[in-house]
Order: sequence, then structure tokens, then C-alpha cells
Amino acid sequence: MATATTEIRVTPEIAAEHGVTREEYARIQQILGRDPNITELGIFSVMWSEHCSYKSSKVHLKRLPTRGKLVVQGPGENAGVVDIGDGLVAAFKIESHNHPSYVEPFQGATTGVGGILRDIFTMGARPIAVLDSLRFGEVAPGKNTTEEDAAKNRRILDGVVRGVGSYGNCFGVPTVGGEVAFEPCYSQNPLVNALALGIAKKEEIFLAKAKGIGNPVIYVGAKTGRDGIHGASLLASAEFTEESKQKRPNVQVGDPFMEKLLLEACLEAMQTGAVVAIQDMGAAGLTCSTMEMASRGGTGIEIDLAKVPQRETGMTPYEIMLSESQERMLLVAEKGREQEVLAIFKKWGLDAVVVGHVTEGGIARINNDGRVAAEIPAHPLAEEGPVYRRLIAAPAPRVETEKDWFAFAPEGTNLTANFLKLLASPAIASKRWITEQYDTSVRTNTLAGPGASDAAVVRIKDPKTGAVKRALALSTDGNGRWCQLNPRVGAMHAVAEAARNVACSGARPIAATNCLNFGSPEKPEVMWQFSETVDGLAEACTALGTPITGGNVSFYNETLGKSIYPTPVIGVLGILDDASRVLKIAFRDEGDVIVLLDGFGVGPTLGSSARGASPAPTGLAREFSSSEYSKAIAAIVAGEPPSIDLGAEKRLQDCLIALAAEGAVQSAHDISDGGLAVTLAESCFASVGAELAPPALGANVILDDGDPAESALFNERGARAVVSVTPSKLAAVLNTARQYRVVARELGQVTHSDAFRIEHKGRTVIDSPIEILRDAWGHSLERTLAAK
Amino acid sequence: MKFGVVVFPGSNCDHDAFYAIGNVLQKPVEFIWHQSENLANCDAIILPGGFSYGDYLRTGAIARFSPVMKSVEKFANSGGMVLGVCNGFQILCEAGLLPGAMMRNSGLRFICRHVHIRVEQTDTPFTNAAQKGQILKLPIAHSDGNYNCDEATVAELEKNRQVIFRYTTPDGSDDNAGNPNGAVHNIAGVCNRERNVAGLMPHPERAVEAALDSADGLVILHSMIEVLVGAAKATA
Repeated sequence: MATATTEIRVTPEIAAEHGVTREEYARIQQILGRDPNITELGIFSVMWSEHCSYKSSKVHLKRLPTRGKLVVQGPGENAGVVDIGDGLVAAFKIESHNHPSYVEPFQGATTGVGGILRDIFTMGARPIAVLDSLRFGEVAPGKNTTEEDAAKNRRILDGVVRGVGSYGNCFGVPTVGGEVAFEPCYSQNPLVNALALGIAKKEEIFLAKAKGIGNPVIYVGAKTGRDGIHGASLLASAEFTEESKQKRPNVQVGDPFMEKLLLEACLEAMQTGAVVAIQDMGAAGLTCSTMEMASRGGTGIEIDLAKVPQRETGMTPYEIMLSESQERMLLVAEKGREQEVLAIFKKWGLDAVVVGHVTEGGIARINNDGRVAAEIPAHPLAEEGPVYRRLIAAPAPRVETEKDWFAFAPEGTNLTANFLKLLASPAIASKRWITEQYDTSVRTNTLAGPGASDAAVVRIKDPKTGAVKRALALSTDGNGRWCQLNPRVGAMHAVAEAARNVACSGARPIAATNCLNFGSPEKPEVMWQFSETVDGLAEACTALGTPITGGNVSFYNETLGKSIYPTPVIGVLGILDDASRVLKIAFRDEGDVIVLLDGFGVGPTLGSSARGASPAPTGLAREFSSSEYSKAIAAIVAGEPPSIDLGAEKRLQDCLIALAAEGAVQSAHDISDGGLAVTLAESCFASVGAELAPPALGANVILDDGDPAESALFNERGARAVVSVTPSKLAAVLNTARQYRVVARELGQVTHSDAFRIEHKGRTVIDSPIEILRDAWGHSLERTLAAK
Repeated sequence: MKFGVVVFPGSNCDHDAFYAIGNVLQKPVEFIWHQSENLANCDAIILPGGFSYGDYLRTGAIARFSPVMKSVEKFANSGGMVLGVCNGFQILCEAGLLPGAMMRNSGLRFICRHVHIRVEQTDTPFTNAAQKGQILKLPIAHSDGNYNCDEATVAELEKNRQVIFRYTTPDGSDDNAGNPNGAVHNIAGVCNRERNVAGLMPHPERAVEAALDSADGLVILHSMIEVLVGAAKATA
């Protein structure tokens, strides 16, 4: 064939520099029947990078449940799609942008948000909400963290938060939720996982399948530059070294304004009926979009790079094909109707150019000014890439004794000071300083923004009439510390907590998306963590009825050989049939009864004795050592995550959904990080109508279970939630709980006084004015982050 | 009666204004494209929030040159009712239809939260349905809402009673404490001297139903509707 002239002759060594192994190189030669040229090598290297090909994770991901009666589109497209009734579907997916966010926090985060938004509107769905799941190193100095590290982590957080905000705010999508967690292991490798949700009519969903021989292929959106070349293969598919900072030019630059125009133009173009297929140019840009569209459609494709709008001169085919310039789309239009499509993009002031056409025979041919720059069979490239069954090895078992575990304070100890410290710890403290930098209310659908309910809740307006009937709830969760201690149980907790949060908002969990953040797949122990995690996710998603509809895997999250905690982040989507029945966490009226709902077993009392696997005192300490309290108060991170009972989780969730539908409870808040005491306090804090408004409601609670006080107050066992109930409805609530085989126990009352008081076994263990607690919880993160 | 909501490239609260007027208040409303010089016989114009033209140079700085703004200016100068919200307020300032200019928020960060504003004047078409001193809870969402002008201008604004909304605390006791962005004299919204053009940083169109945590924004839209109904009766 006639290849581009004056180019580097490809050798196995050059291939190795592209991250292509000798075996992979041989496979490339076999597919092509010859040596690749440099452009082709570039194309293969990005398509077969870990990031794009899932070559190490594929064999495991097959074990995840992906089907369900509401699932319209499972993994493999730009986003998962589920049926939400009345002819509407929800498209949603979570994706990572970890490495770019370390190299360049602001741009890394913006392009992470931009990329996931494109995935959603590529499907024909208008984005209505974004959530961000963020992990950083510790932002305050302490054990394992120097002041220098803390300051660096604060700078990364600041850049990421500004980036997330800047993109979503300008684009006009509300950032309604997510979570932020801190562990030393994320210091050199923060996690930025962005989830987007969109709505479309069921019959108007678009797929990325090239169809119709001769149909024109149209490039739309931003011009192509040299930014982000090899973002996917080099940044996302290799671990960090000292030189990684030099990879800053590999990070893409986001333009949310351009993306807003692209959104409106694409949705308008799709309405014409002249668009056959569409694919965004994200990782691996033009390469991925051309090759995948052709491969999925079973066709070939031919494009001319000279026609691609370029913002720099002298770009080589290699650079154009591998550029990851943002805010670009490739679409296939119906032949003869391309002018309709082009006119719409012109109206929105965007470049739109016919760059090629769909061909017969499965070959992707990339021309450059009349010369063939690359010629590759699309299907083998996209679908027959390498698949690895990496070595798996469980790490040596941790040997721990009682000395390594948390030692409970003697009975009767007043725990108020410790509670204040816990409330002020970055993990527990209010994230308001962060979430206020996000527009949470644009599009007027937000029924519960950050912190208002356990899940973010957005209502669905009928696209034609604006009428509101249903709402969608979303929550992201994932406890890296627990997954480090036990990946399988930790992963199950991630699903359980996300689903529980959704149920606490009153919604029924229907589907999930996952972002699996791990170290190097070339390490057998990391692959063991991965495999265990997948098994945990599979079991929990099956038990809780939330099939996985998409997501992404992010490997190589390690710096200088040290891996992050295995961190699966799970987003669970739920549906509320009546948008007016949203449950929030805030206590509402003085005199309401505070009730603990516990999905574990049926029995007259709570506490360890009522649990199936009753932990012995040492078992209790072992489990408690993995809690936020143990970390914040004793700097101990050890033991095991709490044991999990998915049946209990399911019972509790079904009970909460029923209570919400009956309108039987005033508030609901699950017990998670920080335990029961934090749950109660947050329900008090949230009762304040607005910043600067009069004081919150208080609570008076009496506990008499058998656990030590610290465990009763702060343990993080699942399947539990606190609801508040108008006294006249108490009998009905207890009755519903019984029907769902959930233990319900009255803990105390919501009070009007400015006091927060908890008694345990007849002794006052926490007693403080609400305002003092609220100040510690509400402002400590702001104070920490404001430090330079 | 018909409202027009201008759509600039980058407007993102256009749908919210449209929904508030068309769906919640059930009044006629249509979108007006930024390249149109025809205001489609609308009786009141809303410049919505967003990031017109990306706001990369300075908020509202490019939008003021768009074709539609020529017509909006003519409409305003002939007494037509024009309300700018957030980016719309910024555009009205840039266009010279309202005095003053916006600076970055004093905290140098984007802020989104509910704030409280006091209705200072009720003899405007945007506030006539409100009580003087009434406190409204409305969301803000902006980076550049730090309203500013020179001392002489602010004195004149106060003298002419053009400051129609001022930030305050929920109980109305401490305006400085309620000011989220550093705006001079705690100004949240102003009108022109003729009182037919107004702008405010908080979003009344996002506070139109109890489910959205506040319906206090309705009083501003109701005020405008009352004026239009009155005008229609007068001509009938």
C-alpha cells in the first residue's frame, strides 16, 4: 500500500515505547498481514491500551449481572439505559479521570465531567444531573501525612472542585451529589469519578453503530489540536513515576461553552431523523470513534484527515488520529440529508464537515490528502484485541491481635469531646464548602441537592408538557478503607450503601453503574483485589436487584510502585413513582418519635445478641477498628469491615420504600460513616432552613443495647436507618416494619431545645448544645481547606 | 400578554424561565434567538442566566453586541419591561441599560446557595405585588455577582430608590451578614431610573414551587403579570 512518506519505520522497540508488548505486536502484524506504519501503530496502541480495551478486566467483568427487566441497554455503549416509565428512559454512567486530575487538577476534572456528559447526550439523552465521587490524600497533617503533603492535597482538591464546578456550572447541568473521602493512599493519586444522568424518549435513543453504505461521516464540534495525544494510553494506562509531571501536555483542556453548544446542536440534529449514528470523541479521539462505529455496525469507514478542522498547522496523521481534543463528535447522517444536519451545527456556530463515508467490507481507511495514512480492519482492531487472564494471588493474611485493634473506653466515659472531634474530621464534616461551588439548582428539577437527602433526587419533567410525575434518585458510594481490609465485603458494602441511600430518599433502586479504581493489573495481589471486588459486586447487585449497566475500569492507580486502596465506586439509580414523596434527612417537628429501623433478624432487642453472627467482644473491636471513629479518634485502621447481610439490607430498603410511599415518616437517614450518633446529629443540623437561619431541632435519645457505648454510638454496621415519625403515625410505622421483618425501636424524641443528648445504659454519654456540634461539623472542612 | 425569553449561545436558565412562566404560571411565553432582531410582539423580555458566549472575556461583554440586544434596547427605551436574571443582569449592565458593573465574588469562588433578599421598593413593575420589606428566599449561582459602581452612582441609586432588592439575613436583621458576594450596599438588584428595566443576581425563576424549597420568586413574576394585565385592560 501507499503509506505516508518520510515517516519513522516501526520496530518492536518503537512499539514497546507505545506500550505494545511483543506478543501484541505480533498480533498486529498478523491482523494487517504486514508491519504497521507509525500511524497504525498509534491507532493499535490506543485501542489496545488498558483504558480502551479492558484487556485485563474483561474476563472478570463477565461475572457482573447486567440484565434486568428495566435494562434497555447494558454495558458496551456510551452509557447504560433503563426504562423509567411513560415512554421515557434514563441514560447514566460513571467514569474516572484520575491521572489527568493529578497532573493538572483543574483541567483533569473539567474534562472528566465533559467526557461523561458527552457520553450521555451522545445517546440522545439530555443530561439532567451530575454526581462526583472524589478521593484525596489527607488535607490536614497527621499520622502518615506531613504538612507539605496536606498542603499539596488541598491544592489538588481546590483545583478539582473548581474544575468540576466550572464545567457543570457553565454547561448548565446541576451537580447534585456525590461524595468526598480522604485517605493517605490517594495523596499521589486522587480519584475523580464523574457520573452523569440524562433523560430521553425510549424510541429516540441513539447508538454508535455506523450503518448504510455510502452514508456521510460528519465531524462536528471543536477543532483538533495536539492536546491530549496519548491521554488514554500513556496517562491512564501506566503507573506514575517522577516523570509524570512532564505529561502535563497530555492532559486535555475543556471548554464547557463549546460543549453546551454541541449538546443543543446534537439534540436538535437528532430530532431531524437524519442522524443514523453518533459517537463522541473521548479517549483516543478520532481513532476510537471511527473504529468503534465501524466495528459495531459491521461496516467499513473511510475518512480524509485533510478535511478535519484543525487548530494547529502541520499536524501529522498520527497526531490527528490520536488527539484527545475535547468537545468533538463524529456522526453518520442519512445520505442526501447531510445539509439538514450541517445547517443545524452552523446555526449553533459549530464546525461541521463531511470527512468521509461508510463503506462496505469492514476496512477503516484513513486518507490524508489523497494518500492512505492507515488501513486497518475495524472489527479485529476493536474487538479482537488482547485479553489477559492476569495472575491472581491473595496477599499473605494480615496477622492482627487485640493490641492492633481499637480499645473501647470504660463504661460511663463521657464521649462528647470525641464526638466533636469526629464531627470535625474531614470524612464526616459537612462538605458544604465544596458543594456550594457547584450549581445545584439549574434546570429546576432538584428536589434534594447535596446533603438534603441520603440520595440526590431530581424530578422528571415530561419533555413535551413539563408535567411532573416521577423522580429519580442517585447515590454514589465506595469505602476504599474497607475494600483494602476485605475487597469482597467492602464491595458489597458499596452497593448496599448506595442502594440504601436511594431507598432512604424513598426511591426503589433499579440499576447501577460502577467505576473500579485499582492499582496495577500486572500485580497479582491487585488482580486478586479486583477479582474479589467483582465477586462482591456481583453478589450484592444480584441480591439488591440493581444490575450493572455500564461504567469503567481504571487500573494503574499507583505512584512509585504503591497502589491506592482498591476503590470500587458504585452509583445506584432509583425511581420514585410519586415525586412528591421524597424523603429527606432533616427532622421536622418537635415531639416526633425517633425510630431506629434495623433489617437484621427479628428479635425483641437490638445489639449483638440479636444478630445472626453475634460478634464476641474481640470480634466487635476487630470490626470497630475499620470505622471512621477508630481512624479519627485513635488513628487505628485495622480489622475487618462490618459483616454484611444482603437479606437484611433488602428488607430494610423495601421497608423504607413502603414507608415513603405511605407518607408515614417525616424523615429518613441511613446509618453509615460515623454511626448512629452522626446520623442523629445530621438530622438535627439539616432541620435548619438555611444558612444563618434560627437554630436546629435537637434530639433526646436513650440507648440500652449490650454493646460498649462507643460501639453503640459509632459502629457502622449496615442495614440500618433512623426515621422520625409523628406520634399519631407511630403504630402504622411499627406495623409496616413488622410486615417487612425489620426491627423498629423507639430511641427518643425530636426536641425543640438547643440540646443534643444521648444516654447509654442509664448514663449520659453525649450532651452538647446543637450549635457547638453544628459549628464543628459545618465549618471545620472550610477552615482546613482555607489554610494555605 | 406574551413573555419572551432570549436565548444566547450559552444561556442555561432559559428553560427555567420558560418553565416558570409557561408551566407554573400558565402564561404565554416564547424563546427569542440571539440573532433575531424581532422580539415577536412580546410584552415583557427576560434575559436569562447562563454563560452567554462562554463569558470568557467578561460576563455579558459579548452578549451585549448580539443582534437581539439592539431590539431589546429599543424596546426598553420605549418603556418595555425587561428583566435580567444573573447573567441577564450582567448583560444589562454591560449594555448600559442598567448602571453599575459586576466584579468577581469577594470570596473569588462560584457560590450556589439560597440567600435572602429584602424587597426595598414596590413601585416597580417587578415588585408591585410584593410588600415593602418582604423577605424572599431565592437561590444564587454565580462567580461574578459582586455588584459595584462609584460612590456618586450608588448615592444616586439610593436617592432615586433604584435599589429594589438588598441581601439580608432570613429575619432581615443584618444585611452585611446576608451579603454572599461583597456587592456594594448589599445590592442584589436594581432598576433603571424609568423603572421599566431591572436586574438581579438571585434566580426568581428557580424558586417557583414549594418542591424546589422556595416559591418566593413567584412574587416577581406575578408583579410583571399584573402590570401586563393592567395594560391590556387599559387598552381594551
